[in-house]
Order: sequence, then structure tokens, then C-alpha cells
Amino acid sequence: MQQVIFILLALVTLGAAVMVVISKNLMRSALWLILAFFGIAANFILLNAEFLAVAQILIYVGAISMLIIFAIMLTRGLMDPNAPRFNEQWGVVGGFATLLFVVLAFIVTRIGWSASAGAVPPTSIQQLGQDFVGPYVVPFEVASVLLVVAMIGAIIVARERE
Amino acid sequence: MDYIKDFFVNLAHSWTTWISGGLSPWAVDVVNYLIVGIILVMMPVIATLSLTWMERKVIGRIQNRIGPNRVGPWGIFQALADAVKMLIKEDIIPDNADRPLFNLAPILIFAGAALLWAVIPFGRQMVGQDLSIGALYVIAIGSITTVAVLMAGWSSNNKYALLGAFRVVAQLLSYEIPMVLSIAAVVLVVGSMQMGQIVEKQTVPFVLVLPLSFIVYLLAATAETGRAPFDLLEADSEIVAGYFVEYSGLKFGWFYIAEYGNLMAVSAITTTLFLGGWRGPFVSAVPVLGPLYFVIKTVVVIFILMWVRGTWPRFRIDQMLGFAWKVLVPASLANLLWVAAVLMLPLPTAVKYILLLAGNVVIIGVTLTLLGQAAKRYATQHGLAGA
Repeated sequence: MQQVIFILLALVTLGAAVMVVISKNLMRSALWLILAFFGIAANFILLNAEFLAVAQILIYVGAISMLIIFAIMLTRGLMDPNAPRFNEQWGVVGGFATLLFVVLAFIVTRIGWSASAGAVPPTSIQQLGQDFVGPYVVPFEVASVLLVVAMIGAIIVARERE
Repeated sequence: MDYIKDFFVNLAHSWTTWISGGLSPWAVDVVNYLIVGIILVMMPVIATLSLTWMERKVIGRIQNRIGPNRVGPWGIFQALADAVKMLIKEDIIPDNADRPLFNLAPILIFAGAALLWAVIPFGRQMVGQDLSIGALYVIAIGSITTVAVLMAGWSSNNKYALLGAFRVVAQLLSYEIPMVLSIAAVVLVVGSMQMGQIVEKQTVPFVLVLPLSFIVYLLAATAETGRAPFDLLEADSEIVAGYFVEYSGLKFGWFYIAEYGNLMAVSAITTTLFLGGWRGPFVSAVPVLGPLYFVIKTVVVIFILMWVRGTWPRFRIDQMLGFAWKVLVPASLANLLWVAAVLMLPLPTAVKYILLLAGNVVIIGVTLTLLGQAAKRYATQHGLAGA
């Protein structure tokens, strides 16, 4: 049963990801991307990582997708559906994309992915919290400094010029 | 008699054993979840039918008039009349509108209002799904609403709709932060994000322990649902319905249902987090009283929100955003710091609660004093009354 659900979710996620790249209308691509994010959140739930799933929806769908949509709206010229889709460099780019695909397929199929280190503990959120202020406190604090820098930058950029 | 004392849970058990006779276990699960899902999705519709009548009556009485009283005794069938009117209206789609997005946006907004009901505990063991991250799930559903609003504003192919959608997104994103911070204070006191646990731990309702969080959450949630006094973006005299200006007929009906569904969901969450949910006298002995207490408390909160709508003037968009970032965020951050500090002290629980209450009152006092001084400065600067 879980296999069936996983296959359905994977089809939805991959289908949405393919539509992101194929779609001619940039706004539609952004919305297909939101669907792909939802698919990834559902995959997290299948892996018993509910906190990650909700954080994925909060951050990616709630904030980053908004940013992408606003950026698309501010650059209206890119949304003309009759503009030519490929420029003259498509051969080189296609070659590099195929090379990347071959390398990734090689890595994914050759590595022996070992099974996880046991069942997920029921108090995983408490464990996550304790790890944040325990072994991983330095990356946590650095991330918060990064967020403060971003906020200060946004305030300075959006300030009224006197 | 014992059956009735825990009526809903016993009914669910009897139903499950009855259908287990004929179906395999996973089919029983699917059927049960389908039934619960359909009931919970109907909640926004039920909310619309009852709350529109209540709102029009309450605001009518505040404005010294009677409100609807023609359609049925005391006008209780007014909502049905409105529904019929909306169903028979012509479905207009603007010329260059993006059709799939135009049709999808009302559905997504309704989804945002309906999905909230999955984690609200109506009684002991009467939750749609007691997620271990229930409190965070509530906030994540708000982001679906944000996407849907932007979709609606964009696909209408109307500059004013787009402007309204931008403003709504700015308001929704700004007010998410005080909401998260006030919910975080409650989660810290309880020690778990499960909504069922939050109600179980409220031997003292948290409105008496964290009044600042209650006020901040109520204000932020009112802004999230776009109700007055934060309804600049859908008020007829301001921007003529904002992002859903091009919608007519049943699609507008979906926006309407979503708004009232959100209102009731927000009141239900306030009841769960701060007023003790389904707790009340004799509820351990007779668990079927749980939903009754829950409904009474939710209706009280809804009445408070309607009272606010009928009494306070509307905010401008810059005043609204300034209020969120300059007043609510620092106050709730200070509250969070104080809660975290007090919870670390090795004191008995009652003393901790009294300390939390004292800290909250101090923060409220400081905030109001600073606001008063800022208002006085503004008044003297601009030569207004009150200087």
C-alpha cells in the first residue's frame, strides 16, 4: 500500500517538475513548482519526518514561491508565450545536461544505500530541538546571523531615499 | 446511559465494528477517514450558513437596527436565500483571464479554510488527526491561502485585482510572524505541539497565564483572515473587493465560504490554545459535554471578533503593516524570551504561571506606554487633537 502511494506521489512530483521546465508561461512554471514542493512535502511525510514536511510547506510554498512569483511579475517581458524557446546554444547545454544526468545516475545506482539506523523515535521533535542547541548549535547561530543580515539588507534596500 | 455519556466516541466504535464485519482493515480505515474528511470539509459551509446570520444580526444590533428579519423567524434562513442568489448568478470570466488559474483559485482558498479543521480537537479523542506538529500545521495552511490569493489576483487580468492581491500577500506574510511567536509561547508552556496535548495541559486556561499571547494571536489571526479592522483589501469603499473583484456567482461564493470558514477555524484554534478547548465542569465524567463547551467558547470568541468588526474603524495599509512589524513582533518576541526564561527556573508550576502572568502584564503595560508616547509625538507633530 505504501509503495502505491509513494509511486503516485513520485509521479505527481516528477510530473510537476517536468512541467516547470516545459511550460511556456513563466507564471504557470512557478505554480507547477509549488505543486512539486507539495509533492516533496508529502514524501517527507512518508518518511516519518512530519516537522520537515510542514517546514517545507511553510518556507518553500509560503515564502520562496512568493518571492519567485513576485520576481516573475516584475519582469513581465519574460512571459510572452510566443517568444522563441531555445537560443543558439541549445546543443552545448543539452550535452552538459546529458553528462550531468549520466554522472548522477552512475552515483545513485552504484552507491550501496545502507538502511537507516533504526526506527524513528516518537519524540523526534524534542530530539530535533535538543540537537539544535546541542551538537549543532554553531550552524544554528550562523543561520540566524544570516537571516538578520538579510533582513537588514532588505530594510536598507527598501528604505525611502531622503 | 453510559453509551450516551461518551456518545460520539462510542458511536464511532460501534460503526467501526459494524463495517469491519464486511470489509478488510484498510478499507475500514479508508471509509472512516472519508467520513471524517467529508464532515470536516463541511465545517466551513456550516460556518457560513450560521455565521453570516449571526454577523448580520450582531452588527445590526451594534448599529441600532434589527438586521435580517424577513426570511423565516428572526431571519434565520437568510443565508439560504443568499446561497440561492449566488447559485443563479451568471458566471462571468474576464476576457484575457488565465482560465485554469481563474477557476482554480477559489478552490484553493476553500482548501486553505477547510484543511485547518483537521487538527482541531472537539473533545477528548475527537480530533480529525492529532498530528504531532499540529500547531505548526495551522500556520503552514496559511501559506496555501497566500498562494491562492496571488493566483486569484493575477489571473483576473485586472490591475486593481493584482494590486489588491499584492497588499493581501504583504498583510498575510507580515501577520504570520506574530501569530507564530504567540503560538510558540503556548507550545513552550505545554511542551508539545499536539493540539490534543495543548488542551489536556490546560488545567488553568492559558488566557490567564499568557494574556499577551492571547491578544497578539487574536489580532494576528484577525489580520490573517482579512476581517475588519484589517479588511482594507476587500472593503467595497477602498478597492472594490480587491483580489476577487472579477469573480461572480458561485466562485465568489467560495471566497465568501472560505472567509467565514477561516473565521470559525481561527476562533476554534483560539479556544483550543487559550481558553481550554473542550474542558469544563464535569467533562471527565461525561465526555460528551466536551463538544458543547467547545462550541460555546468558540461562539464567544466569534462574538468578540464580530463586536470588533462593528466597532473599530479600518486601518490603512501602512498603519496595518507598521502595527505588525513595530508593535506586535517586538512584544511577542519579548514575551517569548520571558516565557523561555521562566520555564527554565526550578519552581513549582503555580509559581511559574504567576510569574508568566506578571511578565505578560508588564510587557502589555510597556507596549501601551510606548504606543501612547508615539501617538502623542505624532499628534504634536501634526497639530492634531490629543497633543
